[in-house]
Amino acid sequence: MNMMTRHGAALKIENCGKTFADGTCALARATLDIGQSETLVLLGPSGCGKTTLLRIVAGLETPDGGGRVLFDGKDLTRQPIEKRNVGMVFQSYALFPNMSVAENIGYGLKLRGLPKAERAAQVAELVALTNLGGLEDRRIDQLSGGQRQRVALARAVAIRPSVLLLDEPLTALDAALRERLRGELNDLLRKLGITAIYVTHDQAEAMELGDRIVVMRKGAIAQIGTPREIYFTPANRFVAEFVGAANIVEAPIEGGELILPGGRVPVAGPATMSRAVAMVRPETIAIADAATTGLAGIVDGVRFAGDRQRIIVRDAASLPLAVDAPNTIKVRTGERVGLSIPPDAIRLLPDEG
Amino acid sequence: MRNRILFTLQFLFTLLVAAFLAVPAGLSIAAGVTVNYFRGIQSGVTLQWVAQVWELYAGTILASILIAVGTLAVTLVVGVPAAYALYVRGGRLARVVEEIITLPLAIPGLAIALALLLTYGGFGSFRRSWLFILAGHVIFTMPFMVRSVMAVLATIDVKSLDEGAASVGASPWRRFVDVIVPNAAPGILAGSLMVVTLSLGEFNLTWMLHTPLTKTLPVGLADSYASMRLEVASAYTLIFFVMIIPLLVAMQWIGERGHSR
Amino acid sequence: MSHKSFVWMCLLPLAAVTAAFFVLPMAHLLVTGAEGPRGLPEYLAIIADPRYRATLLNTVLLAAATTVATLIAATITGLFLQRHRFPGRAVMIAILTFPLAFPGVVIGFMIILLAGRQGTIGDVSSRLLGDKIVFAYSIYGLFLGYLYFSIPRVILTIMAAAQKLDPSLEEAARSLGASPWAVLRDVVLPALAPALVASGAIAFATAMGAFGTAFTLATNIDVLPMLIYTEFTLAGNLATSAALSVGLGVMTWLILALARTFTGNSVAAAG
Repeated sequence: MNMMTRHGAALKIENCGKTFADGTCALARATLDIGQSETLVLLGPSGCGKTTLLRIVAGLETPDGGGRVLFDGKDLTRQPIEKRNVGMVFQSYALFPNMSVAENIGYGLKLRGLPKAERAAQVAELVALTNLGGLEDRRIDQLSGGQRQRVALARAVAIRPSVLLLDEPLTALDAALRERLRGELNDLLRKLGITAIYVTHDQAEAMELGDRIVVMRKGAIAQIGTPREIYFTPANRFVAEFVGAANIVEAPIEGGELILPGGRVPVAGPATMSRAVAMVRPETIAIADAATTGLAGIVDGVRFAGDRQRIIVRDAASLPLAVDAPNTIKVRTGERVGLSIPPDAIRLLPDEG
Repeated sequence: MRNRILFTLQFLFTLLVAAFLAVPAGLSIAAGVTVNYFRGIQSGVTLQWVAQVWELYAGTILASILIAVGTLAVTLVVGVPAAYALYVRGGRLARVVEEIITLPLAIPGLAIALALLLTYGGFGSFRRSWLFILAGHVIFTMPFMVRSVMAVLATIDVKSLDEGAASVGASPWRRFVDVIVPNAAPGILAGSLMVVTLSLGEFNLTWMLHTPLTKTLPVGLADSYASMRLEVASAYTLIFFVMIIPLLVAMQWIGERGHSR
Repeated sequence: MSHKSFVWMCLLPLAAVTAAFFVLPMAHLLVTGAEGPRGLPEYLAIIADPRYRATLLNTVLLAAATTVATLIAATITGLFLQRHRFPGRAVMIAILTFPLAFPGVVIGFMIILLAGRQGTIGDVSSRLLGDKIVFAYSIYGLFLGYLYFSIPRVILTIMAAAQKLDPSLEEAARSLGASPWAVLRDVVLPALAPALVASGAIAFATAMGAFGTAFTLATNIDVLPMLIYTEFTLAGNLATSAALSVGLGVMTWLILALARTFTGNSVAAAG
């Protein structure tokens, strides 16, 4: 067998909501399509319903009446998880302490009645793929966090699942390790070309791993889109603020220009309303000579971050603006600076009141 | 100085309590191998009493082992899955069931034995068989098995393990056998030792339930205490100690290992 | 099969066994208690009949004395063993805990060896005082037997509770100027209270219901389990013995349930 062949099913989630027995609504009815080989990331703060949606796809929760889960067009809503052929990586990893690393990875294959020799060969391949060489006979409690994560992944992938489900697989690890494994995980998902659903609250993970991101909030979908779409054209204020840093400015509009206390800024596209909620990413604002720009303000503080510096500018907009500037620019607190913002960097958001 | 006195007093008191517990046990062991207890150990050391006990009571010893093994088998087959179910299901029903199966620990064995006699005394062949005593022992020891297993289940992440095994395709039964039982093994082992130890020593129920043809070791002991010379009774007690002490040592060892982890 | 039905299947054998050999017989016992010539008031006989009432009082007093003596002895030894390390400590702990699994009959025999006609106490006393002291076959012998039975159990509980005690609490009390007695009274004993209540309740309930020891020592010691036994076997008085054992069961269960609500822990008698 070659693990590198593209596999996985196309998924359809239809009208799936979840109300628990105590009446709390964990997930409003949602409909989603996931293409074959696509990595879909469910992103949101804790309690947003992302894990519930994942567990519905997994078969660990049943959706409220009328909801359906289809794998390649086949309705599996009533099937329990063990009949769905899903590979799942749990947040706690859920590795079996009574089995060695190799036995954990091979358990799903054993259940499928694969002959011992074939099983061993596949396990060996997975061990190599996940850099676990030499650890095959270790017990689970002898592994580091990162190694456990890899075993969990190998076990899930071993059964050649229709879809790989990952429930915050990196959350239990420390920051440095998390970043490294994120890269490894990304490479592996591309290599395997498997359909995957990835749940996380970490926007950096979502950006790097997702073909598409579903941003969720309070049990509902806030936006679906590619990482770039989510970042540059957030659908609403919540998405804008949850993903990346954002300046949110409320201001009147006149003649295609945003009227700010520190000057006027042209916006791209038709701006027909008289008042707008606008989002500007800090890194799209440039510091310039106050005489040459339509917008100016006073430097209120400078936070040096190594690769860049964040400059807080007051009196330009109703709220202080955050500006990410190259680390070579020198500004002093109290200095008056000009701000230049390209018109297409300003995103007008629906006013939610 | 004051601490020294306090320490000595407490030490002496502890020694006294230990002596109270150890001296009679030591006496009975000594008496079991002494030619004449009245004349003391200088009368000579002998195994004749042990041999005599074996001659008279071998049947009770074998019967006790048989019943203990049978009780263990039933509590394993019935109790381990039930412990899992009670733990997984939780809620009020589980609490009520646990309360009911624990009742035999709170109610004197005499009452339970009486109840069993009243209900099944009329079923002659059941009443006369070993199974009657077995039923009593199962009821009495079941809570120890169930609680011991549940205690271990509470320390492992059962839900995660169950879901993890299900995610790679294991049926509920396979999950139970491949993942739950192996990881509950320490609790099953501790429960098993407890069940065997209790069954071997059970008297309150057994005395009421036994027939002349179904005598267990403790029943035989009571019989020998009442009707045999002290040396024979002691030798019989000695045999009981020999059977039960390894179990106690194993239990203590497991308990300590569990603590040090 | 779904997981839900599997869980039910797992419970089924236990339900069947418990129903057949415990719930049904206990129900039968309850009914039988009311089927005697006195009818339902048979249940009141345990209090109303002067003979039974005296036995009940005797049993309660014996159990109470056992509990108090056990708690005192076990607290002293348990705390001592938990706090001091000395050579032979492990052996001592082993000696103090092994009798845990001795059945009542064997403990009765231990008491006979200690205080019986050929017992050590009689031996020593006749040599020293010229008077052979024999008390194994009386209620004092039974008291000693229950002490033998209860001490190991309570010591274990107290040692476990003392181990969990935060040493900084005692150090704090001492830093405020508390004497050793004050520390014991104000810090240690209150912290041990749940363990004392729980193990005390077990000792009490066990002493109320134990049968083997009394049976071995003599058949004419006036305690409730012996009364039930003689009513059943000698007098053949089914209803009375049923009613008495129900009464005894309710009392022991109540004591343990009360202790449990106090400590929030599960408490059970054994033996």
